[in-house]
Amino acid sequence: MAIELTQSYKLATQLYDVSLKADVLVIGGGPAGAWTAITATQNGASVILVDKGYCGTSGATAPSGTGVWYIQPDKEKREEAMKSREALGGYLSERKWMKRVLDRTYANMNQLENWGYPFPIDEKGVAHKRSLQGPEYMRLMRRKLNKAKITILDHSPALELLYDSHGVAGAAGINEQTNQTWSVQASSIVIASGGCAFLSKALGCNVLTGDGYLLAAEAGADFSGMEFSNAYAITPKFSSITKTAFYNWASFTYEDGSIIEGAGSQRGRSVIAKKLQEGQKVFAQLVKAKDDLDLQKWMRIAQPNFFVQFDRMGINPFEDRFEVTLRLEGTVRGTGGIRIVDETCATSVPGLFAAGDAATRELICGGFTGGGSYNAAWAISSGYWSGEAAAKYASSFNRDKRDRALTRKQVIGINEHSSGKDFLDATEVTKRVQAEVTPFDKNLFRTEEILTPALLRLNTLWNETKTSLQENQGNLLRVRESAAMLATSRWMYTTALERKETRGMHKRLDYPVLDENQHYRLITSGLDEIKVKPTTILQNT
Amino acid sequence: MIEILLEDQCVECNLCVKVCPTNVFERRDGKAPKIARQDDCQTCYMCELYCPVKALYVAPNADEVMGITEQDLNETDLIGSYRSSIGWEKGQKSTAKQDLAYKFYLK
Repeated sequence: MAIELTQSYKLATQLYDVSLKADVLVIGGGPAGAWTAITATQNGASVILVDKGYCGTSGATAPSGTGVWYIQPDKEKREEAMKSREALGGYLSERKWMKRVLDRTYANMNQLENWGYPFPIDEKGVAHKRSLQGPEYMRLMRRKLNKAKITILDHSPALELLYDSHGVAGAAGINEQTNQTWSVQASSIVIASGGCAFLSKALGCNVLTGDGYLLAAEAGADFSGMEFSNAYAITPKFSSITKTAFYNWASFTYEDGSIIEGAGSQRGRSVIAKKLQEGQKVFAQLVKAKDDLDLQKWMRIAQPNFFVQFDRMGINPFEDRFEVTLRLEGTVRGTGGIRIVDETCATSVPGLFAAGDAATRELICGGFTGGGSYNAAWAISSGYWSGEAAAKYASSFNRDKRDRALTRKQVIGINEHSSGKDFLDATEVTKRVQAEVTPFDKNLFRTEEILTPALLRLNTLWNETKTSLQENQGNLLRVRESAAMLATSRWMYTTALERKETRGMHKRLDYPVLDENQHYRLITSGLDEIKVKPTTILQNT
Repeated sequence: MIEILLEDQCVECNLCVKVCPTNVFERRDGKAPKIARQDDCQTCYMCELYCPVKALYVAPNADEVMGITEQDLNETDLIGSYRSSIGWEKGQKSTAKQDLAYKFYLK
């Protein structure tokens, strides 16, 4: 009788059903990964892109749509664009990076137009490129990848990195649809797997579980800005549509219809959170657009899925009040992520690069984004730079070394043997992590009193998982996701405890104001033992 | 969450199996695919957008299965309606071109 080997066993013993080779491996197929892959190819590299879902629909952008930080190269306009964000972000951004991102985004958005993206054109014949429809954008990017003959492995999560004596040398994973194991040998690797939203069902975010963070940390990379990890977005209570722009036309009310003072989409989100935390129901209505039928028509075209949710529930959001809640977006709409060490988006590990939401976005927006615009610009720019640099790194690699003896590191959740009956299931780990990161009184309104015991529980859970988290009925992806979310939550809270002030989106009720003496970024490193150290910010000129 | 897959309508192209980012559908030999892992659905509507024959319906309820059937939607034209609202049906043009966001909120 044939014995069915578990995926865990096969990876632990390096039994790969499929073994491939490329100059550059891109992990993640959202906008950042797509730009990386295309740019690496243009720079002469052979590229394999792996996505845990489907490149074209995966991630926060594809099912959504996003503004883009696209500003004409006009000195005053750019100055204004940069200046307007600095205070919100707690002065942790750098002008040098903002300038390069504005330049790069401008060039690449124009490239998108040349590739045929249907930008709206006004009466004067001018194309407007400050917003992208997610499905359209990512379908186009997929087509460009196919045209460039880039190998795409869909439904193929990378579950661990592989190494040789020169350092990172590839990755291994599984195919969720064929259950085969795969390995890819590569000279350079770009992590573009997005942020972490802890399976909150924020739109498109359930594939974003911090997987790339865990891979990077296991390779020895560190993080920056992990305290800026507590974004929440408004959504109708029943829904996943975390699109918040139109709530600028909303009034927020209690169940009895009276107005909630100070509640709002941008500045007043905390007020909504407080009410929800008190157990009050919060309602919204787009009352400020109630009488403007033209505006309503434009809104429908701008964000069709915002209205799909209401049409299907028989709600008219302009006329009716509907109950709302806040869904956790974690680091997806936060700004923390893998630290990058230079203009090529290299991490501290040679040959390993980070792009998009997987990387820190503090460089351009400090501790606050508030919207997709900056993240979209960052995905485009960091994808471009990391693709260019990864191709260069690969070509500088001695070709004689191309057959590399791939070895693995022992990582959490991938074990040759099962640990017996008393194992810890991924679902249980995920639930326990969510219980610490989802509640507003822990993650949004932070205090030492609450964070310290929460972190202690998470650290204890980490120690348990090291010996007893294991695959159960073919759920190895869930195992590694739960480990990634657990690690992410510990980086978040360890860092949040170190920043004893309120800055950007990081709110400390016990330190409610910005402290000039803490004008630094926080670098976080380590898996078992987590260390946090401050680093100064380059002068803004 | 994904609630309806109309087997009679389905042309077995298996695009939904391919494009679902959370691998909710499962291919079957000589038959329409099935909704195999409904709990994993993240309510992103992408399957509905890619389905060429209006055979799929995603209910907006993200956290619970509503048990909606084809009969419940008989009088409506909601099944697969999202695809036409972004202009992806045959003979349509993408509505991205008419997006006037720059005029009214992305100033």
